[in-house]
Order: sequence, then structure tokens, then C-alpha cells
Amino acid sequence: MQKMPQWADVILVPLISLILAGALSALVILAIGESPYEAVKIMVQGAFGTTNGWGYTLYYATSFIFTGLAVAVAFHAAMFNIGGEGQAMIGGLGAALVCLFVPFPHWTFALLGGFGAAMLFGAAWAFIPAYLQAKRGSHIVITTIMFNFIAAAVLNYLLVNVLRPTGGMDPATAKFPEPTHLPTLHDMLLPLGIQFSKSAPANVSLIMALLACVFVWLLIWRTRLGYEIRALGHSESGAIYAGISAPKVAIISMLISGALAGGMAINNVMGEAERLVMNSVEGAGFIGIAVALMGRNHPFGVLLAAILFGFLYQGGAELALWTSIPSELIVVIQALVILFTGALDNMVRMPLERLFLSLRRTEP
Amino acid sequence: MAAPPTPAIELKGISKSFGPVKANKDISIRVMPGTIHGIIGENGAGKSTLMSILYGFYKADAGEIFIAGRKTRIPDSQAAIAAGIGMVFQHFKLVENFTVLENVILGAEDGRLLRPSLAKARRELQSLAAEYGLDVDPDALIEDIGVGMQQRVEILKALYRHADILILDEPTGVLTPAEADQLFRILDRLRSEGKTIILITHKLREIMDITDTVSVMRRGEMTATVTTAQSSPEELAELMVGRKVLLQIEKAPATPGKKVLEIKALRVIDADGIERLRSIDLDLHAGEVLGIAGVAGNGQTALLEVLGGIQSATGSIKMNGDALDLTGRHSGGRSRRARGIAHVPEDRQSEGLIMDFTAWENTVFGYHRDPKWARGPLMNNAAIQTEAKAKMERFDVRPPNPKLAAKNFSGGNQQKIVVAREIEQSPDVLLIGQPTRGVDIGAIEFIHNQIIALRDAGKAVLLVSVELDEIMALSDRIAVMCDGQIMGQGPAASADHIGLGCLMAGMGGADTQQMQGWHISAAAKADPAQEPAQAAGSH
Repeated sequence: MQKMPQWADVILVPLISLILAGALSALVILAIGESPYEAVKIMVQGAFGTTNGWGYTLYYATSFIFTGLAVAVAFHAAMFNIGGEGQAMIGGLGAALVCLFVPFPHWTFALLGGFGAAMLFGAAWAFIPAYLQAKRGSHIVITTIMFNFIAAAVLNYLLVNVLRPTGGMDPATAKFPEPTHLPTLHDMLLPLGIQFSKSAPANVSLIMALLACVFVWLLIWRTRLGYEIRALGHSESGAIYAGISAPKVAIISMLISGALAGGMAINNVMGEAERLVMNSVEGAGFIGIAVALMGRNHPFGVLLAAILFGFLYQGGAELALWTSIPSELIVVIQALVILFTGALDNMVRMPLERLFLSLRRTEP
Repeated sequence: MAAPPTPAIELKGISKSFGPVKANKDISIRVMPGTIHGIIGENGAGKSTLMSILYGFYKADAGEIFIAGRKTRIPDSQAAIAAGIGMVFQHFKLVENFTVLENVILGAEDGRLLRPSLAKARRELQSLAAEYGLDVDPDALIEDIGVGMQQRVEILKALYRHADILILDEPTGVLTPAEADQLFRILDRLRSEGKTIILITHKLREIMDITDTVSVMRRGEMTATVTTAQSSPEELAELMVGRKVLLQIEKAPATPGKKVLEIKALRVIDADGIERLRSIDLDLHAGEVLGIAGVAGNGQTALLEVLGGIQSATGSIKMNGDALDLTGRHSGGRSRRARGIAHVPEDRQSEGLIMDFTAWENTVFGYHRDPKWARGPLMNNAAIQTEAKAKMERFDVRPPNPKLAAKNFSGGNQQKIVVAREIEQSPDVLLIGQPTRGVDIGAIEFIHNQIIALRDAGKAVLLVSVELDEIMALSDRIAVMCDGQIMGQGPAASADHIGLGCLMAGMGGADTQQMQGWHISAAAKADPAQEPAQAAGSH
């Protein structure tokens, strides 16, 4: 029996959670003597008011879509992949290696080559914890967290000792050659006669992220593999009964998850920095967990949640820039959103379910 | 107020809806103190909902509850306990690695320190045990005692909390016949000590055996309340389903064909190192139903799982002369299906169905890789849905809505979905475990007829059931298992309850010799004093 209509489940619950998080954030802003109204105005203006703001919001959103989808896919198989951060870092390494060492004739080849390498590296990084979980019973949450640190250490070593160009002063690779330059939204929209900010980092990766959403939707709800992933996620004993190889499906779901997280590198490494730097992921792997939670592990939900978090990132940066609200407070606001939409989901859901049940009862 | 004696419990006009579903419609019951009142009805008739209201899990939309003549509100289970109501659930709520004593006081500890509570509870437990004949070792761990004992602990928990009214929800579902008898003796004792008992069941025999009065529920309504002594099983069955049902199955004599499965020296040692099967030899022929009788936990589950390809074993199984893979690989179930072996597992909720999947997704579960359901790399959901709808109508699954999640169907209808899926594959071998566990009478009849129809189509059926009546009614041949071994096998026609009962307890002897054409194994004869194996756990 459906407790409440689907639109309420998908839209109303997150919306109310958001409003609650917003209200609490407003109180915090009031408490430090700033105007919440002004703060919201600056955030909205900063994130959506100009094409430059849009460009940053969408740039962040692109990364979050990839990592959010990564968490969502693993979650359907009941695997909690917290290693998106590390997988994205290693994915960046893959993208950087092909960009540096493969002479691409055109950006389209670079995009596909870079994307492929990034996904391959991300998947490989996810494979080890996945194998350990499926065959040896090591808990995926623990191992993926550990692997984030190992990834950072590996990258640190490689950037300092191996990939740093001679004479380079910071732990980063050389700039990628010109043909690997991906078109930004400015480049793409200009032929359509739309003026888009030249400096904003949003780029063609956004299209790839949207395609990834479609791909994940098809995978989870329209393919046999997706069917098996979901079956395993709901009941391992059921999956075994049905002749589904639980370890195999678990590992495959983690490979896809790792590939999606790694695939993010086309956005931040190729699209924006155009070289591999330390900490290029900037926490997007972790935000992906919140994005998947809020998006209820559905690609469309992930897309919306990614844009919301893109807004919080970009709006928050503007807030720190134009007001005396310290940047730590931005983290507080983001944390409140995660808390309400993710962890406290049932706090909103259960009263709402009761409301809908009583509404339905009064109907004839 | 009603004339004395006052009913121990009285419900007046209880109604409860879940969305559009009316689970209880204007239900009224009076139960006198010191009696056993049965509530009988098919799955989904609203019995459990009613009891959940009485125990404070659900709030009734309308109606009143009177306990010993006083109007009582029961907003939660704490209030129910305070009102003297105790509940024994179908699935026990015990902490496995606590002792009996610790489980009894759990939630009813007085004071911060455990020792005085435990000492007090021990004394009280001893007096309760003496008073009601509820013998249990207070220091035994729950995981070490049998299901029957665990149930006693649940009863003791309720009595320790001074319950005067005991509700038991399908108490014999997990018990062996002997344990059920013991339970009934305990209930009888409780009744004579003045306790009021409400027994929820769908087994007519239990109602006839022990209750004083019985209420029949059908589709959320109370269709009748009668004095048991003045009723008959046939009358109650008719009241339950609204039409006459056949308690006996009409079937033509079997015409067994060639040997389909040949099982030799099959041995299983499970992940915990316990030997579940000890050298089983069995043959299964086309066109026959082979019933495996036995007390739950004597290796039947392992046998089904090995045949179903999901448990590793040594020995050999040949199907039409070809050896089957016994490695129990993770995808073993898939290769078995490809060989034409369908499997209705004993536990539909954790194996046979994905409860969160829709009915249509479940109708291809295990067969989802069949090219029939593919459209390129994708699944042909539209085709699956159309076929699911037709399948659900053929098997009378109610409601016939393929988009509903499996968990929203009643137990009987869930089972029909599983049975429909497996039988409609027209398998050469059907493995079917506990086909009608927790299934209502109407659905039992239907499922039994489907099994016989498959047999008549020349297919082989291996039936595992702990319900001896079901084994006797369906099987052409019966094999009895005890402690991982076959104690004896022979034609169903010459089998009787007493002889089978002896074999189920691992004993040979005179009663088994009287069964014509039966082969009694040496294991049964060798050690007539052998203890019957304890039912191991409730899975």
C-alpha cells in the first residue's frame, strides 16, 4: 500500500526538509548579527544572477552529478561507497596521464580518451575494496574510507616525485597540451548566439554528466544487470536463490560506481584546471553521498540535488566574499542541508505520511 | 454494564483502514475470563490487525475496548501490558545471546542494578513454572534451546508482566506436532488457572481441539462467533472462505514414468560445520509427487538447497543420467533453472520474492535472464507486465495488480505469485518447500491442485513439508527424514500417521513395519531409543 502519493514522496519531503534547514540556517545567521534575507539574496544572486554565477554553479553540479550517481549505483546493491573522493582522485590521474602522453588530434578524442581513462582508473581503485568485501567480507565502508587516504598519498607521491615538470614549484603536472582543451559553456553557446561568461569553468562535461544520468537510469531500471543489482540490494538470500552471483554483482556495481566517480575528472581536471593538482576533487566525493541521499538514489533526484549543492557551493563562496559571514558558516549551512535531507529524512516523512493517511481517510 | 460475569475483554465496533483498504470493519468480540477464544480466518482477513490494535501497535479509527468491564485506551504496548495483556508473536522477540532469565526481565528490570532483578525474577520464574507447568532452564541461552522452549519463554515473559489475557498469534506455525501438543497442554493449564487466552490461527484442528468459543473473520469482517463444541470444521471452513472447501484432494492414481533424479550418497556440511545431510539416497520419477516428511530442521532445507543449486554437497545427483554440479556456486540457481528444475523455496519472504519489488518484477525473478524477456540489452518490461497480469489472473492473485509491491500482498497471495512463476515454467522437476505455510485455506486448495496438475502433466515433484496432512494428501511416495538421514520410504497409500510419526522421531519398530511396501532404513532400526533431533532454529 502506498502511504502517500509519489509526488509527495519525491518532491514534498525534500522540499520541507530544505525549508527546515533554511530556517535553521537563518537563525544561525541572525545569531551572528547578519541579515538572513541579505544572505539569501547574495547567495541566489551569486549563483544564478549572472551567467558567471550559473557557470560556477553548473560546474560544481557536474562534479556532484558524477559522484552522486556513483554513490547511488553502489547503494542500489546495498554497498555504501564512501570512496568516491579517492576514486575521483585516481580518475583524475588517469585523465591526466592520457592528456599528457597521448597526442590527441582534437578535443572530442581527448574527451572520450580522458573520460575512458578516468573511468578505468576510478573503477580500478574501487575494485580492491569491492573484491575485499565480496570475497573476504571486509566492510566496504571502512575500506573505501581508507582508500581515500591511500589515493591522496599516492597522488601526493606521484605529483611531487614523478609527474611534476622539472622546475615546477608546486605538486602538479604540467599543463595539458592545447588539443585537450574542452569547450566551455561559453564556447558551446556562442554559435547559438547566447553570450555566456567566458571565465566560468562549466564545460562540455555537463553534457556527459547528463548522459550519465540517462545511462544510470537505464542501467538500474531497464537492464538485467540493474535488476540483479537491485535484487541483491534488497535481499542477498533472495538473489542467491534466484541464481544471481552475489559477489559478482556486488563487484560489478562497485566498478560502475568507481567509474562514475572517476569520470568526474573530465570536469575538474580536464575542463577546469587543465592539469592535475593536489586536492583537485575538493570534497566532491563526499558531497556525492549527500547528493545521492537527497536524490533518493534516483538519477533525476541526483541531478536536482547536485544543482542544489552547486548552488550552495557557489552561493556560499559569494557569501564569504561579500559579507562578514565567515566561510565556516557556509559549511554549517551545507551541513544543515545534509542533516535534514539525509539523516533526518524520517523526521519529515513520517508526520507527512500520517497526514496523507488521515486525508485519505476523510475522503469517501 | 453487562450482567456478571463481566467479559475479560470486550471489543465494540472496532474499525481500522489502511488507506483505501478496510482491514477491520465494525468488529465486536466478548471473551469471558478463563476461556480460550479462537480467532480464525484466511491470511489478510484482518486477524493480526485486530490483535495489533488490542496490543497498542495500531490505533483503531473507531470503536472501544473494555478490559474487565472498564473502558480502556491502549495507545501503545506499554499500556497494553499495564492493562494485563500479553502477546506472543509468531516470530519471537527474544535476544538470542541472552539467557532465558535475562530475556524475561528485559524491559521489566527494576532498579539500575541487574543482580537484585535477576534474583527476584528467578524466584518468580520458579513459582510461575510450578504454577503453570512451564519448565525452562532459566540459565540456558535462547540460541541453544528449541523453538518450543523459546515460545515458552515468550509466554513466561507475558506472565512475568502479570498478563491475565494472553494473545497468541499463529503459535504452532513453527512447532513440531509434539511441541504443539505440549503448548496446548500449557494453554489448558493456563485456562484452568483463570487466564484468558486469544488464539489466532488458520488451522481448524487447533481451533476444534482447544478453544471454547471461536470467531471467524473474513475480509475484515467478523462473520460469526460460535461455541466450538456446537460447530464443526466444515462449518468453520465454510464461514472462513464463504464457500465449501475440499479438505481432501481428489487426484487420479499416479503414473510414474522414467527416473528423472537419482540422488546417491548426498552429504552436506554447512558453513557452520554442521552435517545437515548424511548420505541420502533418493530417486524421483516423472509423473509422481515425492513427499519428504520430517520435523523441521532435519535436513530437508539442505536437500532442497542442494537440488536448487545453492548449497554445496558431496555425492552425486544425476538428472536424466547427467551429473548435476554440486559445488553450490553463487550462480548455481541459474544453471538449475536452465536444466528445468524449478524451486519454490521454503521461505518466500527472504528467498522466493524480493519484497520491495513489484509483483511483475517478481514474476520473472530467477528467470529474468530468459531471452524471452529481453529487448536488446534491456529488459522488455512491457511484455513482462502483460504476462504478469495474465499470470496473476490465472492464479487468482488478489488484487491482480502487477504494479503493487510484493510486500503489499497477503501471505497466501505472495505464495501464489511464487508458485505461479515456478509452475508456469512447466519444469521437469519442481522442488517445493512448505508450499502452504502461512497460507489460507482457499489458496491451499488452489496450490495443491496446481501441484497435482503438474504431476499429471508428467512432471516430477519433490515436496517438502512439515505438515503431515499435506504430505499425506499430495504425495504418491513418501520419504521420512530425521537427523539428515532417510528413515524410510514407501508408497503414500499404505502410510499412516503413527508409522510416519515414529520414523520422524528416528525410530523403527512395529508401527512402521505395518506399512505395506515400505523400506525402513537401517538407521531407524539400529537405534530405536535415539532421541528425535531438535528443530534447529526457525529458518
